[in-house]
Amino acid sequence: MQFHRQVLPNGLEILGETNPSALSVAVGFFVKTGSRDEVAGESGVSHFLEHMLFKGTEKRSAFDVNRDFDRIGADNNAFTSEENTVYHATVLPEYLPDVVDVLADMLRPALRQDDFDTEKGVIQDEIVRYEVQPAWSTYDHSRKVYFQSHPLGQSILGTKESIDALTRDQMLDYFKRRYVAPNILAVAAGKFEWDGFVRLIEKQCANWPSGPVGRVGRVPAVGTATISAIHRPKVMQEYVMLWNAAPAADSPLRYAAHLLASIVGDYVGSRLYWALVDPGHAESADMGYYEYDAAGVFVTSFSGSPEASDENLKRVRTVLAEVQQKGVLPAELELARTKLASREVRASERTFRRMLGLGRDWTYLGQYRTLDDELAAIDSVTIETVNELLQKHPLNDFTIVGLGPAEKLQLV
Amino acid sequence: MQEIFQHTFDNGMVLIAERVPHVRSAAFSFSLRCGCAYDPSESLGIASVLAELLVRGAGERDSRALTAALDGLGVDRSEGAGVWMMTFGGATLSRNLLPALAIYADILRRPHLPASELEPVRAHALQDLESIEDEPQAKVMIELRRKHYPEPLGRDYRGSQDGLKSLTINRIRSHYDRHVQPRGLILAVAGDFAWSNLRDHVAERFETWQPVEFVEPTISGTRPTGGAMIKELDQTQIGIAYASVPMSHPDFYAARGAVGVLSEGMSSRLFTNVREKYGLCYAIGARYETMRDRANVMCYTGGKPERAQELLERTLYELTTLKDGIQEDELQRVKAGLKASLIMRQESTAARAGALASDWYLLGRVRLLDEMQRAVDSLTPQRVVDHLRAFPPGDFTIVTLGPEPLKD
Repeated sequence: MQFHRQVLPNGLEILGETNPSALSVAVGFFVKTGSRDEVAGESGVSHFLEHMLFKGTEKRSAFDVNRDFDRIGADNNAFTSEENTVYHATVLPEYLPDVVDVLADMLRPALRQDDFDTEKGVIQDEIVRYEVQPAWSTYDHSRKVYFQSHPLGQSILGTKESIDALTRDQMLDYFKRRYVAPNILAVAAGKFEWDGFVRLIEKQCANWPSGPVGRVGRVPAVGTATISAIHRPKVMQEYVMLWNAAPAADSPLRYAAHLLASIVGDYVGSRLYWALVDPGHAESADMGYYEYDAAGVFVTSFSGSPEASDENLKRVRTVLAEVQQKGVLPAELELARTKLASREVRASERTFRRMLGLGRDWTYLGQYRTLDDELAAIDSVTIETVNELLQKHPLNDFTIVGLGPAEKLQLV
Repeated sequence: MQEIFQHTFDNGMVLIAERVPHVRSAAFSFSLRCGCAYDPSESLGIASVLAELLVRGAGERDSRALTAALDGLGVDRSEGAGVWMMTFGGATLSRNLLPALAIYADILRRPHLPASELEPVRAHALQDLESIEDEPQAKVMIELRRKHYPEPLGRDYRGSQDGLKSLTINRIRSHYDRHVQPRGLILAVAGDFAWSNLRDHVAERFETWQPVEFVEPTISGTRPTGGAMIKELDQTQIGIAYASVPMSHPDFYAARGAVGVLSEGMSSRLFTNVREKYGLCYAIGARYETMRDRANVMCYTGGKPERAQELLERTLYELTTLKDGIQEDELQRVKAGLKASLIMRQESTAARAGALASDWYLLGRVRLLDEMQRAVDSLTPQRVVDHLRAFPPGDFTIVTLGPEPLKD
């Protein structure tokens, strides 16, 4: 495997990892923009714009875009997060020129008014589709409660009202501001020839406008240390989430954070598993570590019978308090390390996952990292590193939000 | 060139393996003939409770020690019951494959099935059952299966409240004795391994396992009909099912091609004609699912209650007009998609192991990449249309979930 990088004069960066034994090549355009970069009055525009990129360009209709991916058997899609909008496709190696042709073309959308109007209906349905899922709703609400006015508290999908009010001109303005060449990475991983890829990108992207980019509000979030419940009598189970601060995406402590989340809340064999799921107290209980630009969070969640919520919340807090006071055991750390390393190795066998990793590492760290770099970093975490993490980002002052039939949540 | 190995042991257990060079991972899957179709009707849910209990202590290890042992080998695992099969799957690094299989020999052959674990597992299963109410899409598709398939093929693995509440440890142990056995068991492995080591290792741990007689479930001759479930929801969920031909049928690839025209990729008919043109929904799709002797196409969509009738009608229109003609270029796209996914699936050892097990169960052999590519290549619009005329989508089972019923 070999790493390559080139920057075009307009600022667009091209990255690649060539692997001659791969069966496919995955290509992605990473636009460093998401819901946290939206200003007042444009909530949901990043994600809506992502949809609009599939609606055609000056030379392609919406159908042409989809047809040109399907014609070459591409496995393609896009996603929008708080900080990134990524358009990607995985294809057999011989279709690299075709896939770059359509992907790069998409990034210069026509944004036609009638497509904009039709797509609003689809976005509205997507919003409702998530709202009717209590597990997701809990995440969305609790994120807002935790982040408050911090930009990471801004909704990715927006609301029914914000989408209704959004105009095509606002979207065009956002596009011009955020989709400038220096804010975009073109990334490929798998079986392909580097020079050829650079030529394809140059041909289509060299004339994209340049411009200043940046991000405001790059500060850590502190949370609210509150407890609240959203009363939904028609929901069957109670869904509860606890948020607290964790290392940012570029912190050296991030590996320790991933390992800690695994020890405390992996889907099986973790402390929460043994305390809540194994005894049948809850349907699920886990902990995740989410890393962002200049901020990070641990999100601990559980779901189960509403009557058991207060008792389960107590169990969760007991687990977290014990970890905070006594740290973790060497044997637990070893198991978590093995699990995480095994997952990293397996993920690296997919060109799509390598491409995402490449783009992510470059976006957040400005570094190329091989699988072996990742494995070495996981290996280097010690009990002391975990203790340092717990000291800097203690498991306390949780922002706790429940959603379901319970009228309120109590600390018992 | 694919390197596929197979061995059938005297007790009926089948080991099927594909060596994938250049990978550091390995994946395995045990499929046992113990899905929820075998649940006695008064014990619905017993198979999934049994699957969960099996990993709570086996051989010399109690529940915690067993989990720690698998974690220590970096095994990401899953277990559960489908309609026909109970499966135990795992993925790890190649070097940990054999030790992991040894632990699964304990799980399947020497489980503790501890009485003390029944209550927690039952409590968990009841909550799992309850959680369906909070997932409208899952609920409509579960109900669709129940209404479309004859008993017991439309069952959901979660069983019923009554069934779960009635379970005793003795009943579970006797279900284990009858159904967890080497006859019909398929162990599929994909990754980098040495075949003779793998075969000998499996032989040593499973060869002495004695088979027992199979008891096949009776499939009822009739199927229930669809209907509407009323629930105050901001989105009406729609499930539609119709019959197709199984993988063993000569028309299999034509049937897959037809579903592809409907739903493969974003230029497919359902996506283009229902979502893109009218903005009626966010999610829409059709999926082919096959058993040994029958297959069906399951469609899902969901949209605003006030436009749900239109959504249903436009979806049904696409299904029924498919037989009226297929364009060369739309079929070309489906073929490109099927061929690419066949090759790209090779990059995941877990997907590979799953495909080996499924081929062996459905056909008694493994389809090689080459064979599948040739079959896809040979599809023409005429062949697909001929198939659709012989087996036209129709006689739909329709299940909806939303504030108001819809008209068929």
